[in-house]
Amino acid sequence: MGKEIWVVALLLSQALLLPIAQAAELHTERISGSAGDVLEDDPVGRLKVFVYNLPRKYNKKMVDKDSRCLTHMFATEIFMHRFLLSSAVRTLDPEEADWFYTPVYTTCDLTPGGHPLPFKSPRIMRSAIQYVAMNWPYWNRTDGADHFFVTPHDFGACFHYQEETAIQRGILHLLKRATLVQTFGQRNHVCLKEGSITVPPYAPPQKMQAHLVSPSTPRSIFVYFRGLFYDVNNDPEGGYYARGARASVWENFKSNPLFDISTDHPPTYYEDMQRSVFCLCPLGWAPWSPRLVEAVVFGCIPVIIADDIVLPFADAIPWEEIAVFVAEKDVPSLDTILTSIPAEVILRKQRLLANPSMKQAMLFPQPAQAGDAFHQILNGLARKLPHDRRVYLKPGEKVLNWTAGPIGDLKPW
Amino acid sequence: MFHSHGTRRSNAAARSSASGGLEGGGVGSPAASSASEGSSFRPSASTFWLLLHGLCCLISLFLGFRFSRLIFVLLFSNTIYTYTTTTTTTITSTRTETLTVSFPLTHTPPIETAVKPNNSAIELSDKMSNQGSSHSQVVVGRHGIRIRPWPHPDPTEVMRAHRIIERVQQEQRKWYGVKSPRPLIVITPTYARTFQALHLTGLIHCLRNVPYPVTWIVVEAGGVTNETASLLARSRVQFLHIPFHEKMPVEWAERHLTENRMRLLGLRVIRERNMDGIVLFADDSNVHSLDLFDEIQKVQWMGSVSVGILAHSGGPDRTLLTEDEKLNPPIPVQGPACNSSGHLIGWHTFNSIPYSEKSATFVGESATVLPGKMEWSGFVFNARMIWKEAEEGRPEWVKDLDKIGENGEEIESPLALVNDASFVEPLGDCGKKVMLWWMRVEARADSKFPPGWIIDPPLEIVVSAKRTPWQESDDLAGSKLEQDDRRFTRPKSRSSSKRKNTLPGQDN
Repeated sequence: MGKEIWVVALLLSQALLLPIAQAAELHTERISGSAGDVLEDDPVGRLKVFVYNLPRKYNKKMVDKDSRCLTHMFATEIFMHRFLLSSAVRTLDPEEADWFYTPVYTTCDLTPGGHPLPFKSPRIMRSAIQYVAMNWPYWNRTDGADHFFVTPHDFGACFHYQEETAIQRGILHLLKRATLVQTFGQRNHVCLKEGSITVPPYAPPQKMQAHLVSPSTPRSIFVYFRGLFYDVNNDPEGGYYARGARASVWENFKSNPLFDISTDHPPTYYEDMQRSVFCLCPLGWAPWSPRLVEAVVFGCIPVIIADDIVLPFADAIPWEEIAVFVAEKDVPSLDTILTSIPAEVILRKQRLLANPSMKQAMLFPQPAQAGDAFHQILNGLARKLPHDRRVYLKPGEKVLNWTAGPIGDLKPW
Repeated sequence: MFHSHGTRRSNAAARSSASGGLEGGGVGSPAASSASEGSSFRPSASTFWLLLHGLCCLISLFLGFRFSRLIFVLLFSNTIYTYTTTTTTTITSTRTETLTVSFPLTHTPPIETAVKPNNSAIELSDKMSNQGSSHSQVVVGRHGIRIRPWPHPDPTEVMRAHRIIERVQQEQRKWYGVKSPRPLIVITPTYARTFQALHLTGLIHCLRNVPYPVTWIVVEAGGVTNETASLLARSRVQFLHIPFHEKMPVEWAERHLTENRMRLLGLRVIRERNMDGIVLFADDSNVHSLDLFDEIQKVQWMGSVSVGILAHSGGPDRTLLTEDEKLNPPIPVQGPACNSSGHLIGWHTFNSIPYSEKSATFVGESATVLPGKMEWSGFVFNARMIWKEAEEGRPEWVKDLDKIGENGEEIESPLALVNDASFVEPLGDCGKKVMLWWMRVEARADSKFPPGWIIDPPLEIVVSAKRTPWQESDDLAGSKLEQDDRRFTRPKSRSSSKRKNTLPGQDN
């Protein structure tokens, strides 16, 4: 008698579980990177950040001088500062802080055309670090190992837009021990420090939300790209810009009807991305671009053409499963590569992209929302805790050489 | 290349001797002598450095200061970055560079051979990369542009891409489109005439793009003809070709009534066969947007959509708007009207009063063709509504189909099918979205067209345009037709504005 009841109970439970399993088949899929299922982690309570109060000349005065800093793709540094000032992880007591943030805007010195000039950035950074080191004891305690900086420029803390010069300069010596939050990421590259947190470039979220179309709009464009193929102003002969990859895309696929590629600036750029299956994200002068953010937000599978690139939040987001990576040497056979991806794989990638936490993680909304890029940065910082004991220097011990680097950097700012 | 190298060198030699002269007397002559070809070798340290200095000056003159530093760094440093420029395995002409050559070659002749890797360069880059594993594998500098020999699409790949797109769109419909879509039953009254091929082709292409299963009931006036049958056979849409015993009359008013009877016949077919789905009336000359087919999936029993009425044919008989009309232009839409809470309260109809005197009376007349009070194409309903057995859930406000028209009365609009019109559901955002357009464009009833639109045998007589039959009334050659056309005379059409466009028989 008892046994029969158990059998009946077992069958009932099976019957109940079946519909639950079926209901779980959604049009999105959970994202789980090498660090685990961490996109939805809440950093509050896991770390404490102390924000240094630097004089206006390092931050506010620069923004006041040119407000274009708030809308260009390097605006991350400004919005990160604003976020931290009002965040729950901020602490006003530096003794209990795990991380120290220095709000210096090194990418806000703009040309009339709006491009940031990096020539003074090393001096600005050095001056800010000197100020911090003189007014608070925490820098010298670890020689900057528990400090983090946001350096969103083309090649991060190498502070130059030209790759050769950036490589030559290397990362600013004073930042040797600090953690860098930067957009640039390329494996085995001088300008990517080990332990850096790669973040997406800033793309204005409201502008993108304003152009959303209904998700039932059928995706009828196979491959989409809008942008330069040849940079005639800076590279008239070709071959330097994008290591020739963009030019190769153009020459091979300009007459291919599956590839909707051109240098136009259509007003329907965002809407067109939502009608495409693949969006090309090739390198330019630097390997990263805001196109990745746009592609993720609009559900278009990014096709990354940048050798050895390190994509944002690479430990939290399994980019291999979401994007398609094409080596630069394989660009001539891009159409073969894309058409031979099985449909099931493509549908899975679209499901992963449709996950709202994925889209949130790429954006910097104002005010900050749960799961957005600000929180992912804090999660990344929290994952690096606790600091290794060796980080704390013994009294009198010095690691940094304050006179290292090109002579021009030593001029005070 | 080497001869140009030589000439530049001689220029440089002159210049370098001048620059050498600036640095001190003793330097000038050895620098100059070292610049010339085949300079003699003097084994002394100071001369060695002078030689080096001269060499560097020369290189900087050729390459520019920037590159000369490069060469220096390459020759003397054993650190960090590989500064080679790679050649690539391109086939067509691209720019290539190797380490040994000092400056880039431009416009190399195209290498016609098949995929042949440029071994020397690859070996070189391998050597460079082997110098140290910690530096970047990606090289900085000028790269070639890889172009494959046949940069055009491959048809197999194009088909695969289309299949991928289809699968993606199917998935999109599954998640964001209509859940459990119902099949459509489309009723179209038609008859063979000049413009039939034009109208039906458009409708066929529209129905083929509808992502739901479509059954097309084509009711043809005057019985089944080869014209229509051949069009339908090529259409690749599932159809039922139903003959209607009467011929289509030439007057518009009569034509509207006949079409209504044909539609009722279509409904009876559905009833007999118990076909399931959503019934839609698609007139062959109407234009439909694909959104319409997604929207009507929402209908429960009977729904109504807004129809844009395109009454003007754009011909010379353009009606002039009065001042009043210019201020409040008449909206050419027929459809449901709702109150603020979204309930149906009435109907917008097309205001045909301004055109009442100038409307077309017979088919082919180039005047404004007026629609009926309520066009059938603006209504859709659930096929179960007209089934014989009182289906579970079939509302009482629906009349039985057999009882309609049995007394010989004419059915003006689908509202005659229901007892209470307030139960009709307004679709398309309560009629605010217009997704189909009513238009009537026809040629004259006597206009001829090649059967099946195939010219066989080839035309032998070419009649000049001046002598086509349906010419101006003054043409004597058209006198035969005048007699035929007298059948269509109407007393009221004596207005002068109609002179050009009336029948030849009317000329005054």
